[in-house]
Amino acid sequence: MTVLRAQGLGKKYKRRWALSGCALDIPAGHVSGLVGPNGAGKSTLLNLAAGMLTPTAGTIEVCGGVPGSGPGQLAKVGFVAQNTPVYPGLTVAEHLRLGAHLNPRWDDALARDRVDRLGLDPAQHAGKLSGGQRAQLALTIGLAKRPELLLLDEPVAALDPLARREFLADLMEAVAEHGLSVVLSSHLVSDLERVCDHLIVLVDSQVRVVGEVEDLLDSHLRLTGPRRDLDTLPADQHVVSASHTDRQTTVLVRAEAPVLDPTWTVGRLTLEDLVLAYMSNPTAARPALEVLR
Amino acid sequence: MTWLTWRQFRVQALSVFAALAAVVVVLAITGPDLVGRTSFTDVDFLFGGTMLLMYLLPAALGAFWGVPMVARELETGTHSLVWNQTVTRRRWLATKLGTGVLAATVAAALLSVAVTWWASPIDALASAERQSSMLNRMAPPVFGARGIVPVGYAVFAFVLGVAAGIVLRRTMAAMAVTLVAFAAVLLAVPFLVRPYVLPPTDETVPITEQNLKQIIGDESGVLEAVTVEEPAGAWVLTNETVDASGDPVRPLPAEVQHCIPAPGEGEPPDRQSVVTCVSQLGDLGYQQQLTYQPGSRFWPLQWMETGLYLLLSAALSWFCFRHLRRLS
Repeated sequence: MTVLRAQGLGKKYKRRWALSGCALDIPAGHVSGLVGPNGAGKSTLLNLAAGMLTPTAGTIEVCGGVPGSGPGQLAKVGFVAQNTPVYPGLTVAEHLRLGAHLNPRWDDALARDRVDRLGLDPAQHAGKLSGGQRAQLALTIGLAKRPELLLLDEPVAALDPLARREFLADLMEAVAEHGLSVVLSSHLVSDLERVCDHLIVLVDSQVRVVGEVEDLLDSHLRLTGPRRDLDTLPADQHVVSASHTDRQTTVLVRAEAPVLDPTWTVGRLTLEDLVLAYMSNPTAARPALEVLR
Repeated sequence: MTWLTWRQFRVQALSVFAALAAVVVVLAITGPDLVGRTSFTDVDFLFGGTMLLMYLLPAALGAFWGVPMVARELETGTHSLVWNQTVTRRRWLATKLGTGVLAATVAAALLSVAVTWWASPIDALASAERQSSMLNRMAPPVFGARGIVPVGYAVFAFVLGVAAGIVLRRTMAAMAVTLVAFAAVLLAVPFLVRPYVLPPTDETVPITEQNLKQIIGDESGVLEAVTVEEPAGAWVLTNETVDASGDPVRPLPAEVQHCIPAPGEGEPPDRQSVVTCVSQLGDLGYQQQLTYQPGSRFWPLQWMETGLYLLLSAALSWFCFRHLRRLS
């Protein structure tokens, strides 16, 4: 089952394309990390998925419907925007009341429990909360809405390291408990490594790589060996990045089969290595790679 | 959605209604005293004040109710919180517009009923006398401050504020635009629309010593025009002298120019002799043309103008809903 499917999706602001030719399939039941440098189009993609923006080109389908097309669709998708907006004049308790009034599937127990656990004073005005507390409140509303798909735009950016870890743990719990799918964006891979089992790398408004983390890590290898010409690599090894010294060549490849060449020393990659390799090589204008099982 | 709208709106709503309550109390205390009097010079201040208030109220509702309703959400980004609850944008806007229009209607109706009742002895006297120097209720400044048109103004100003907020997305800028646009429409309607929605009554009357009301001259002593007495309670659009073929004459013909000596030539003549001299105009074949909306058209004109403003409000609302899709 897919929770998000995009075909030829593009969004143009005035003259600039923030996202173009985006083709994407996100399977249900995953926590997908959306990574990419600043300005890569992460927020645009999430806003399109939430129905906050309408596409300039192509189509996007979320939970089987057009984003923002009606109450049924809105109930299925939760979205917390990057600046985690809350009403400054309303108290924390009033925000929960707002959620309860506006959402048929509202989980009041979950919301109250989270507010308690976070130590937020229900009588406090949201305008007086710290940035991190505001983010937590917005995220609480997003979770308690009980959507099928929760879209989070840089959800942990405003949180301190401890709150970050706790929030991500909460998210994991909600995913396990309610079968929720999540797409969260970040430009820090370390945030995502802990929770994501699916990854999308967006560079220069294009999807560069997408797949399950495990498969990505299995199929990407670092090969180190004596200096050589990369054209001699077998056809099933696709170069992601390469560096040479006088004597040595280090190459990061996506290999469809085990590497058998004995001249290479084969090493595993961390997720961060992998993402950085894709992000730092925007020049290679190849089509988006899809990792297949 | 109603709960959230009311929660965001209640401070502004209650402060306006509290102010209105204070005004109503003042009017209720001073009103009974006006019944049966024939001179109202001592309540000039209240008369002018209530009239001003009737125009300030819709302007305030537009700027302080209409504009923040949407512009503040767009400005602070909270629209992305509420639009991602299980609430469509259309329902969100419909609730806001509905709540605001209802509140604006109640506020304007309340003030208008109070002011119209308070001023009714004054208006009745002003409409009854032909030679009244007071503004009757057909006179543009009074017309807009009585009856049901204030409701039309209030609804229009509110929707205008919402529309400006949606387009500009900035509270301050939208407030300024709302006030300017509302004032422009408010001034344009009495000049460009109201005189013509019903065909005005045309009447040609002889100029006599008895009905001559005013003689107008310029600094060099040239007689420019005369006016005659006007029908009681009417809104007079023209009061001008025409010749036998019906063309307006201004300045007055040479035959009566000697009625007033040029400035500096001898004693100023007494009024009666000038009136007698000028009323020769009648004998010379000149007549006075009167174009006016009679006082009996007060309510038909009120209904039409209210309808016009409600129509404008509906068009603006339609525009708001159309524009809503393009917001992000």
